[in-house]
Amino acid sequence: MSKALLYDSTMCIGCRQCEQACATQNHLPYDDAIATEEYQSAHKLTCIMTRGDKFMRRLCMNCKEPSCASVCPVGALKKTALGPVTYDPAKCMGCRYCMVACPFSVPKYEWGKLFPKVQKCVMCPDRVAAGKQTACAEICPTGATKFGERDELIAEAQKRIRENPGNYVNHIYGLEEVGGTSVLLLSSVPFETFGYREDISKDPLPMLTYRILSHIPDFVPLGGMVLGGVWWITHRREEVALAEAREAAEKKNGGKR
Amino acid sequence: MARNTTFRLTFWKLVFLFIMAAGVYATFIRFTQGLGASTHLSDQFPWGIWISFDVLCGVMLAAGGFTLTAAVHILNIKRLHSIIRPTILTAFLGYILVCAALMYDLGKPYNIWHPLIMRNPHSVMFEVAYCVMLYTTVLALEFSPIVLERFKMEKPLKLVRALLIPLVILGVLLSTLHQSSLGTLYLIVPEKLHPFWYTPLLPAFFFLSAIAVGLAMTIFESSMSSKHFGLQLELPVLQELGRVLIVVLGVYGILRIEDLANRGALKLAFHPGYETYLFWLEISLALILPLILLVQPKVRNSPTGLYFSSVLVVLGFITNRMNVSITGMEGSSGVRYFPKWTELAVTGMIIAIGFAAFGLAVKYLPIFPAEELQPEAAQEPELEVSAASPVLENAGD
Repeated sequence: MSKALLYDSTMCIGCRQCEQACATQNHLPYDDAIATEEYQSAHKLTCIMTRGDKFMRRLCMNCKEPSCASVCPVGALKKTALGPVTYDPAKCMGCRYCMVACPFSVPKYEWGKLFPKVQKCVMCPDRVAAGKQTACAEICPTGATKFGERDELIAEAQKRIRENPGNYVNHIYGLEEVGGTSVLLLSSVPFETFGYREDISKDPLPMLTYRILSHIPDFVPLGGMVLGGVWWITHRREEVALAEAREAAEKKNGGKR
Repeated sequence: MARNTTFRLTFWKLVFLFIMAAGVYATFIRFTQGLGASTHLSDQFPWGIWISFDVLCGVMLAAGGFTLTAAVHILNIKRLHSIIRPTILTAFLGYILVCAALMYDLGKPYNIWHPLIMRNPHSVMFEVAYCVMLYTTVLALEFSPIVLERFKMEKPLKLVRALLIPLVILGVLLSTLHQSSLGTLYLIVPEKLHPFWYTPLLPAFFFLSAIAVGLAMTIFESSMSSKHFGLQLELPVLQELGRVLIVVLGVYGILRIEDLANRGALKLAFHPGYETYLFWLEISLALILPLILLVQPKVRNSPTGLYFSSVLVVLGFITNRMNVSITGMEGSSGVRYFPKWTELAVTGMIIAIGFAAFGLAVKYLPIFPAEELQPEAAQEPELEVSAASPVLENAGD
């Protein structure tokens, strides 16, 4: 079964311990200056955003059908059965199509480095494979970030909205967005407030390109045959015309002789 | 007179040397300090001019290669034969330069060979990588007779000539695939690309415009070559290309307007704004002005008219590619992108190398018909064909 994270912004107190735990887990620096950065970057894979007294978390959504993994020419990004979308820097050649393609603009790049990597939250794949929670869920003191089975977390989120309809906007972000994600969000204010686009497609995006790509195996032999056929016709026509011209010339000459 | 020409030469050499020096210095910065120091790219805007111009436009500008080989070898339009070599040369140089530009843009260029063994058939980029790799090989083989002739290597020449038709077919297939796939690349960003340019028809538009630009580039470089190398202009051939260009532009224009109307994007074209201005710049340069010029027989049949129309088409579709990859993506990214001097210097150097290599090839290899026709005429019974041409015309009935 596939694992997921549920972040309930109404339970978040903005302590940023998830940011710190994430940095430790991924061997990234963390200090007071970095703590004030409210955006993801190559050195900050998750961040807490504040608007007045409201909080919201941002991290890789680990989509069920991720655009990044679908566009990566070398398969450096992969969706695992357990849920995490992982990244193998040894395969990556740095084309950055994943950054362009991601509907949430999550993957970030180490622009300052000579041998750069893509950086994004990969949902602690080693911990999840070992049956543990992600680092952020484990450290969260209020349970705002909760780790578990995706189906169970969806039921839980629906229950929270049902029991406290005044507390939430009636929308589980990530339930249907781009075909569903392994990160689910609950909020008391519209998600747009924090830059989460609400106009995003409910269908998985990789189909948009694969619909075209899947025709290639048909196109190549068919196209080859058509072109070959046209070549044969145009050249055959010329041959026939030549032969006829020659015949006519011979007849003329023959008649004279 | 003599002094004048020496001055001109020195001037252009100076310009060339300046561009090269700037390019070499920019190259040094790129490969010692990384992409951050050498570009204005950012997490918000990960693809810049090296993708937009050097790759997307570069591949488009080289499209004459497959268009003309298909016309001459598959459709058997013999009249176009005299301009096929410069077109293949342009295409071959174009693809080599696209590959060179990719080495700058890739974060880890030493991994460029990875798609060979690490395959993801769901990725458009994977398909483009394969097609470009294979098509560059095909172009090298299509170009090789020119070099083999020059050094009179009869045996390999015979072999390549025997393989010509399968090679041409393969080249046309590969080009169709990756020219359109450069548009397919953007199909996965429906929320990010501005509605002027995001359409499910992107692959078709990229393919059609590649053909238009292929024709326009052929007219452009034939005109330039006749000016600078003192060659005779193949005017009737170019006039014919001009007529085909009208048809291609017409089809593209109708599809484009219909598509904009169907998606409800046409009314956006009358809301003033950054995207709107660049959209109209593109449409005027690529479609409106060249069509107005080319439909007039007086313009279409004059060398200058053809030359200007082709330059407009080329500039128009360069604007189109830049709009798809830069203008159309800026809105959703929240930032404005303008290339850093190092990005421009590298691009400038790549263009300069392209021009210089074309000039050298024309000087030392049998590219243009004057040198080319003699060995061909000896091999093929060209005279008989022309004698039979009245019959040929009737053969279609």
